[in-house]
Amino acid sequence: MNRRKFLTLMGSAGLASTAIGTLPEAEAASVGGKFSTYPDSFSVLHDTTRCIGCRRCEMGCQKVNDLPLPKQPLDDLGVLDKKRRTSADAWTVVNKYKVGGKDVFRKTQCNHCLDPACAAACFVRAFQKDPSGAVTYDKDLCVGCRYCMIACPFNIPGFQYYEPWHPYVRKCTLCLPRLKEGKLPGCVQACPMDALTFGKRADILKLAKKRIEARPDVYQHHVYGEFEAGGTNWLYISGAPFSQVGLDEHIINRPYAELTAGALGAVPMVIGIWPVLLGGAYMISKRRESVAKEEIHEAEEKARAGAEETAGKKLAEIEAANLKKLAKVEADAAKKLAAAEAAAAAAATPAQDTEGAGKGEGEDA
Amino acid sequence: MSEHQHAPVQFRWVTPGNILTAIILGVGFVLTFIRFTQGIGAVTNLDDNFPWGMWISFDLLCGVCLAAGGYFTSSACYLFGMKRFHSAVRPAILTAFLGYFFVVVALLYDLGHPYRLPYPLFWSPGTTSVLYEVGLCVACYVTVLFVEFSPAAMEWLNDQPIPILNKFLKKIPWKSIRKVVVSWTLPMTILGVCLSTMHQSSLGALFLIAPGKLHPLWYSPFIPVFFFVSSMVAGASMVIFEGMFAHAALHHKMDATHLREADDVVLSFGKAASWILLGLFMIRVMDVAMDNKWAYLATSYGTLFLVEILGGIALPALIYAFGARTKSVKVMRVGSVIAVLGIVFNRFNVCLVAFHWQMPSAERYFPSVWEICISIFVVTLIVTLYRFITWNMPILSEHPDYKEAH
Repeated sequence: MNRRKFLTLMGSAGLASTAIGTLPEAEAASVGGKFSTYPDSFSVLHDTTRCIGCRRCEMGCQKVNDLPLPKQPLDDLGVLDKKRRTSADAWTVVNKYKVGGKDVFRKTQCNHCLDPACAAACFVRAFQKDPSGAVTYDKDLCVGCRYCMIACPFNIPGFQYYEPWHPYVRKCTLCLPRLKEGKLPGCVQACPMDALTFGKRADILKLAKKRIEARPDVYQHHVYGEFEAGGTNWLYISGAPFSQVGLDEHIINRPYAELTAGALGAVPMVIGIWPVLLGGAYMISKRRESVAKEEIHEAEEKARAGAEETAGKKLAEIEAANLKKLAKVEADAAKKLAAAEAAAAAAATPAQDTEGAGKGEGEDA
Repeated sequence: MSEHQHAPVQFRWVTPGNILTAIILGVGFVLTFIRFTQGIGAVTNLDDNFPWGMWISFDLLCGVCLAAGGYFTSSACYLFGMKRFHSAVRPAILTAFLGYFFVVVALLYDLGHPYRLPYPLFWSPGTTSVLYEVGLCVACYVTVLFVEFSPAAMEWLNDQPIPILNKFLKKIPWKSIRKVVVSWTLPMTILGVCLSTMHQSSLGALFLIAPGKLHPLWYSPFIPVFFFVSSMVAGASMVIFEGMFAHAALHHKMDATHLREADDVVLSFGKAASWILLGLFMIRVMDVAMDNKWAYLATSYGTLFLVEILGGIALPALIYAFGARTKSVKVMRVGSVIAVLGIVFNRFNVCLVAFHWQMPSAERYFPSVWEICISIFVVTLIVTLYRFITWNMPILSEHPDYKEAH
């Protein structure tokens, strides 16, 4: 054990016991809500320039967490030829990357986001951000929906697919039980190359930047995890570009919880306004119906009134016609009478007179 | 297809359809046993990169979407005053209820701890999760659909059809309960639309948290809107789609009103779907334009996207429009098949094909034959129950005792 590791161990022993459990409730990060960075939380810095791919960290992890040993023995470095990811039974893995013809090794495990996507996604609050920095998992709450695995931007959680009765989602715990005992995480403890450094996040961040400043020609000028996904408790510095050692550089620099907050925020709006709009649609359709009924009624009334009017007019016309006819008949009768009288009178007079009277009668008709 | 005569059609047990059903159900029960005794991994190809597979993309995403006919039809009839669609409401509500109920059943296969399904509702609600909203809304909506469906069941139960339970059934005042439940129709319909709006869109919103994993052509801040709008298309299309099968198999169960209104329902819903599809096409294209994602169209995922947009949205929109113009029920039915396939294609793309799009193809997920069998098993359960219920309860016809009583 070298001096620095010893110091961090001593420091963490004291710090861990005081820091854990003493942080007031109000400072606890609320996922998707008030965001706290937990300045006193713990971090681990992974310096890929120091990593030699010995996989001691993996062994340490399997040992302290009682994980089953993989089929290929842990000291079989041939494993490194295949790209691996974390799983339910391997909470940390080291991968080998070829960068500019040289082998570069990088360890991967849960990055313990400051505002974790898995916690935002979990619908039973099985994932919590602990003030120590660890993202914890409560196996007694987990329903096994695996939405956390969809959400995790780093593809970390693994699921026990072959466990019929109690399959759990499993991932690195930052060795929280060990931190509580004042011990270092299993992987940090096991690293022989000092590629992993444990401490408070603020200090670790400073250390990382100091290393970059000291050798700017060697390192990428960025601490991966400072801002990624809103910041993580696990930090990386690397000589190779991060994307070439399997660290996604397109990760957005905001907490992933924010991505769904907008959609969730729309819920009260829907509950509030939809019933009004739909009730409005109902009332509009009801009113249409009643207006239609009224219109039918009005049309009927109008039709009836119109019919009555035309009937009255017709009646009047008929009456007028009748009167006219009557008048005519009377006039005719009077004329005929007059004619008859005239004829009777003309019986004694010459025939020409009778013809003239007949002509006049024809014209009149 | 039998003619619409009054000659009663006798139920027969041994038919090709029933034999096929029996085989599927048999295989399904065996697989169910294996799943619950050997673990999820024993029957699926799921892995840590693809934790959601066939059961989530088909049974959950497609299942919920294709059960949208319930809210679509009931809101058209009761809220928007299209009373001529009344005979279409009961079959649509029944399908929706069965659809949602079996979404929950299928979910039990996929969950690690199925018996903990009520946890998010009653024990430890994770209110920051979109999945919590989906769960809450689906739980509420299954209840609403049950209430909306129950009058048909009560009309049936009032006739005391179950010999052993007759004494018990007689004691329950079915008619009075039914009357109360029917009086809730309007608030239930409004509640149903609210809940559907929220969870249909939230199923899309589930993927908002995975911007790096879902291909940019599908990932959009508007994905909840796309999911909701396409659920309306699915609702209208499924009414036409199911009607096609119902007319073929259950014609004799339909009363005069149902038969008289059926063609109008098909033509009107097809026309509505045509317009909604047009709107969906517009917003999908605008989304590509807004984020300037045109360059992706030249890739293989772009081809997939174009097939989805042109074949799954534009094509059915045009077929429906043609059907509306020619007033052809047949064309509308063709349109409904294409529209439903288009929506299923979209859900598969979002959940599986365009998910983890940067992953090499060797590491990609493809469903195992057993996963597909379970999905077929669940669909068969729905169809079998649909057949049983429409055969016995007044779904495609009105019960003579309750005519004009709604």
